[in-house]
Amino acid sequence: MTTAAVPMREPENYLNKEYGIRSWLLTTDHKRIALLYLLSITFFFFVGGFFALLIRLELLTPAGDLVSADTYNKLFTMHGQVMVFFFLIPAVPAVLGNFLIPIMIGAKDLAFPRVNLLSWYIFMLGSALMLYTILNGGVDTGWTFYTPLSTEYLTTNVVAAAMAIFVVGFSSILTGLNFIVTIHRMRAPGMTWSRLPLFVWANYATSIIFVLGTPVLAISLALVGLERMFHLGIFDPRLGGDPLLFQHLFWFYSHPAVYVMILPGMGVVSEIVACFSHKRLFGYRFMALAVIAIAVLGFLVWAHHMFVAGISLYSAMIFSFFSYMVAVPSAIKVFNWTATLYRGSISYMTPMLYAFGFIGLFTMGGMTGLFVAALGIDVHVTDTYFIIAHFHYIMVGGMVMAYLGGMHFWWPKISGRMYPEGWGKLAALLIFVGFNLTFFPQFILGYMGMPRRYWQYSPEFQVLNVLSTAGASILAVGYLLPMVYFLWSMRYGKIAVDNPWGAAGLEWMTTSPPTTSNFDEIPTVTWEAYNYDELKEVPVERH
Amino acid sequence: MFEHLPFWPARASTGAGQVDALFIFLLMLCGVVCLGIFILIVVFALRYRRRVGHEAVHIEGSNTLEFTWTVVPFCIFLCIFVWGAYIYFQERTPPPGATDVYTVAKQWMWKFQHEGGQREINQLHVPVGRDVRMIMTSQDVIHSFYVPAFRIKQDVLPGRYTTAWFHATKAGTYHLFCAEYCGTMHSGMIGDVVVMEPAQYQAWLSEGGSTLTLAVTGENLFSELGCRTCHRSDMQGRGPDLIGLYDKPVSLEDGRTVIADENYIRESIQNPSLRIPKGYKPIMPTFQGLLSDEQLNALVAYIKSLSQPQPKPTAGSSVAGAGPPPSTPQGP
Repeated sequence: MTTAAVPMREPENYLNKEYGIRSWLLTTDHKRIALLYLLSITFFFFVGGFFALLIRLELLTPAGDLVSADTYNKLFTMHGQVMVFFFLIPAVPAVLGNFLIPIMIGAKDLAFPRVNLLSWYIFMLGSALMLYTILNGGVDTGWTFYTPLSTEYLTTNVVAAAMAIFVVGFSSILTGLNFIVTIHRMRAPGMTWSRLPLFVWANYATSIIFVLGTPVLAISLALVGLERMFHLGIFDPRLGGDPLLFQHLFWFYSHPAVYVMILPGMGVVSEIVACFSHKRLFGYRFMALAVIAIAVLGFLVWAHHMFVAGISLYSAMIFSFFSYMVAVPSAIKVFNWTATLYRGSISYMTPMLYAFGFIGLFTMGGMTGLFVAALGIDVHVTDTYFIIAHFHYIMVGGMVMAYLGGMHFWWPKISGRMYPEGWGKLAALLIFVGFNLTFFPQFILGYMGMPRRYWQYSPEFQVLNVLSTAGASILAVGYLLPMVYFLWSMRYGKIAVDNPWGAAGLEWMTTSPPTTSNFDEIPTVTWEAYNYDELKEVPVERH
Repeated sequence: MFEHLPFWPARASTGAGQVDALFIFLLMLCGVVCLGIFILIVVFALRYRRRVGHEAVHIEGSNTLEFTWTVVPFCIFLCIFVWGAYIYFQERTPPPGATDVYTVAKQWMWKFQHEGGQREINQLHVPVGRDVRMIMTSQDVIHSFYVPAFRIKQDVLPGRYTTAWFHATKAGTYHLFCAEYCGTMHSGMIGDVVVMEPAQYQAWLSEGGSTLTLAVTGENLFSELGCRTCHRSDMQGRGPDLIGLYDKPVSLEDGRTVIADENYIRESIQNPSLRIPKGYKPIMPTFQGLLSDEQLNALVAYIKSLSQPQPKPTAGSSVAGAGPPPSTPQGP
């Protein structure tokens, strides 16, 4: 994000309007705040990735030999906490959502620009606490903080880690509030709800979860901290508390949080699939309804994380049933993306490769969700590598693919430059191959019975673990590549035109990069979303 | 058939086959659907690739298709739900007459108490062809009892009992894992489930001389703690008569009714005033923190034995059973 990347003769845009560190740290421009978030979460992505790499190296051999048991426990704990709370949850909403939502609905900024900046500072405060936790010796609760282990038994930085996540939650709440108000109040004339891009719908659904769910996470983490410091007896059975209460509270947020980590990705993929098929999305209304349905039903499935935890037989059945219900709108989305391809004009640019990857991996992640929602099977595979594989297919195969696809898709708009297409395709391919090699063997490991969070394991699990680690090294290269060429392209990339993909949507009708106020004058929308029939497609040769 | 494939886990209980059947069904169903979607994507992507002379055809959508791919998956999901719930219902419903094994989990070991008084650590000997019910509690954090070859898993909680049951079908030694992260040596909290033919099992039971059965240990404890002063069978006691109590409904002071299962008995020892039977006063002292989990298990086993049709066992009539000495010293 160095200002040096912008040549002097360019027309004024949000990047070159002002220079200097002050102009960034005190900005209220949603686009600049998006870039501040981008820097922060990229940093945490590589921190979390580094932890993952150490985990995979430890698991090369059955014996615990590379790091100590305590260190290993800290690695998977902090990998989870950093990736979930400091990368995945903010990734699409806080970066792409922040940048795009006002432009997509034809607004100059979010409804509360200063609250938006405040949310980033809160994020940074949480980040500082998390970094303190990491540097001060780490924490080994598991990202789930299960009581009474976290409250009574561990001697690591539990309170600091809980506070970090407590604090960072407020940045999500503020972002969610800001999006909801903005989408309700700031739409340009003619931009009706039925004309909103699905990316906006997806972030709207996400925002609802942020606002309704995150406070519960904050409460449960605050209770962990209080219980730990003052032994209140909320979760400790010796004082009349109930350790399962914590699990209910934690998953009440953290299951919807899974949808926070996938819905915005679905929004990104919808934009990409429509653009590179040069076609209106199949079943727009159903796609919009589906994201809302997922957000609502997502609140009714939390106890499917607890089928063996000691909940009653009948509550397990109810939560299994709702878990199948939430699978229906997810299936609808996959079918509609596939149908959108039918009779399209499909171009295989990098973002589209990521979208293909997303659909494939999300489908597999979703399908294995049917396995774990089945009570009888879940008893066997829960807390094994089957679960690890399942949620990585959704969160990494789904969300990270979508995030990277979105970064490539909107990079010309964000930076004013094109990324190198050949390298882009190579990275997409490496990530797809590396991802499958890393996580597919884990499904088999899980069904064989290898429990998760094991520092040492039985020798019959080694072959598949070696495959997984091999895959992880490919994945690491795949993730480093975009980092390098995005930075490279800021100085050396081809100058981007306003609409390099021939894409529909207001963000492509303004300049690349946009001016601080996004539009010279607020547009009046007279067309439906994805009006590709009225747009010229970009021929393959010009890509 | 699948159990001979590489990477397929051993199948050693009646429940394991049921879980595998649903798993294989789902593998095939999802395999076909996934393959179908992937083929469609590849075919569409190739056939409708962007090229000169080809143009996208604009399609709004189709209500018929949307309806179909909402309702059809919904119905299939319902079937899977019912099938999965059916297996779970059986997993959670132990058949009457199962042999009880009391289990105490702690960081980082498994301690087992057999009905005959045998005690083991990190090893569990069970016979082929008998229903075995694990009655489990934890001394510290949450653990999880997981035997992949039986396809069963149950979290083990401090302060209460959870149960799991299985019916082993094949002799052999199988993994026992702790599946709920429980601190530093979580991955070391492992053991073996040794499934034995009935004859060998009988031989194993009688190894190592005679000890008191668990119920007798409990009976002795019952006397030592002075419980008999109030819990008397002559209707003169200040506490309820415990004969025939187990598994029967108990009316409480506040009008509710509970089943006197292991959890209720355990709770009534530790926290007597929480749920008092109708007609009694809250005068029993709490035993919270005074009894170890093993002692509580013995008391529960004794009180349960008072409901068995056979004459209650006494110290003299202790069965020959006595397990081998524990392989590691008994933990605190």
